[in-house]
Amino acid sequence: MSVHLAGLTLPNPVLVASGCGGTGRELDGFGAFEGLGGFVTRSITVGAGRRRLAAHRGDAVRPGQRGRPAEPGIDHFLATELPWLAQRQVAVLVSIVGRSLGEYAELARRLGRSPGVAGIEVNLSAPDAPGTQVFDVREPFHAASVVAAVRRDLPRDIPILAKIRSDVVRVVESARTVLDAGAGAVVVGNALPASMPDGRPGGLSGPAIRPLVLRCVVEVHAEVPEAQIVAAGGVADARDARAYLDAGATAVQVGTALLHDPTTATRLVADLGEDR
Amino acid sequence: MTQTARGPVHVTGEVLASKRVGAYRHLTVAAPGVPERFRPGTFVALSTGPGRIARRAMWIHRIKPTGGYGATIELVVEPLGPGTDWLASLPAGARLEVTGPLGRPWAMPKEAVSCVLVGEGYAAASLFPLAERLRERECAVTLVVAGADEAHLLSALEARRSARAVTVVTGDGSIGRHGAVADVIKEVLDQARAEVVYAAGPHATLHAVAAAAEQAGAWSQTAVEVPMTCATGLCQGCAVPVVGEDGVGRMVRACTDGPVFRGDRVRWDGLEAQG
Repeated sequence: MSVHLAGLTLPNPVLVASGCGGTGRELDGFGAFEGLGGFVTRSITVGAGRRRLAAHRGDAVRPGQRGRPAEPGIDHFLATELPWLAQRQVAVLVSIVGRSLGEYAELARRLGRSPGVAGIEVNLSAPDAPGTQVFDVREPFHAASVVAAVRRDLPRDIPILAKIRSDVVRVVESARTVLDAGAGAVVVGNALPASMPDGRPGGLSGPAIRPLVLRCVVEVHAEVPEAQIVAAGGVADARDARAYLDAGATAVQVGTALLHDPTTATRLVADLGEDR
Repeated sequence: MTQTARGPVHVTGEVLASKRVGAYRHLTVAAPGVPERFRPGTFVALSTGPGRIARRAMWIHRIKPTGGYGATIELVVEPLGPGTDWLASLPAGARLEVTGPLGRPWAMPKEAVSCVLVGEGYAAASLFPLAERLRERECAVTLVVAGADEAHLLSALEARRSARAVTVVTGDGSIGRHGAVADVIKEVLDQARAEVVYAAGPHATLHAVAAAAEQAGAWSQTAVEVPMTCATGLCQGCAVPVVGEDGVGRMVRACTDGPVFRGDRVRWDGLEAQG
């Protein structure tokens, strides 16, 4: 079941999506960490911040992030989270998000020097970028500039996965430009901008976005056949994963489903293994 | 390979009984692995039917040895929305996904000290197993059970069996003292000469209890409830503002870093502001 993704060899095509696997330790508590194809960390920023999440009906809608983008900050991550991850037999892809090209470069420099980083996932599709001071990447050209900035400051043997928005209209153009800028693969997915019932901004994720992401995977695969694609959107079981792989994805990421059942990803690995 | 020896488990449980008690539903659930790992103050996360991703966190009210099924857990559900309505409507025999026990339990005193336990609404559920453990340690247990009205008093009768003294408080005065926990807590703490105070309920009540404990020179522990999406530490959605040992304020997760926090460590104003 092993797959080659952006120069990495992964034991299977199932990764944990950014922001849905905690620090990794929480999954480990359920015995649901070892055996994964890869683990993508939550998006690491230069400074620390916070975010909130709430549920809306069947699908997950996260209220927009208040204040700074989010999460523990690079210092805390390098000191406490990465050392634990590095000791595991799972490829660690560190997701990063920044407010400026300078921040992206700093994150790339510091992570590139740290042992245990298999790859970098550049988050170019935060659902509500404008309100959160995240560097604006709505134009594919801007997304490419981020990838180029990260590439410059990262050792060659650490690949970049560019996580682009599942916007069918622009996804092919986005994929092309970030690959030209030095990304080894594209991740198509992430929450889409949406609103909570009361009108507050949020991000829509989970099964609701699966048809949209699948269409994006199909389009990118048709138009940019050499692109390696990781699909992230509503994967909950082997059938969902198989649909993405059949449409041209090299691997899938499991996100929202983990919030419902923390053993989803490891179960998926086992189920896909039986299919073969 | 779905679980480690000591960590929580994720299992398919079965509802063995559902009983209406006042405003609540008491669900008896067989969830293999959960009772053995239970400690007072821990909770379970439940799936709430097909199509709903976010889970519902429920205090474990008690562990019951039930013939044939091994030990079972009892949960107290107050139907307040689509998820809890679904749970409350489950008939005996229904199956549901159960994850737990989750969270950090109540910390137990090492010596036999005087303890006051304050529970408001369904949140009082986690205090009953705590009271039992405290009595095993020969602690004097005083209970305060509060609710909006008589229907929202949880197990007040049982409370009289498990505590030396019980104070009942209702918002409408239908039974016991009329008013809020905040009105009676000082008097109760003084009378009991409380050294440790445990509280579970709405934030405002916890805040009042923590403040009263501080004044009375007692340690307080509070079970902070905030809405949780995953309840397993993954989503970072249940932020609680606290002050760490180092005096620095930070946001922590109610589900894994709590839900039990020292009352003097929670920044109550921040918690109430974030709604």
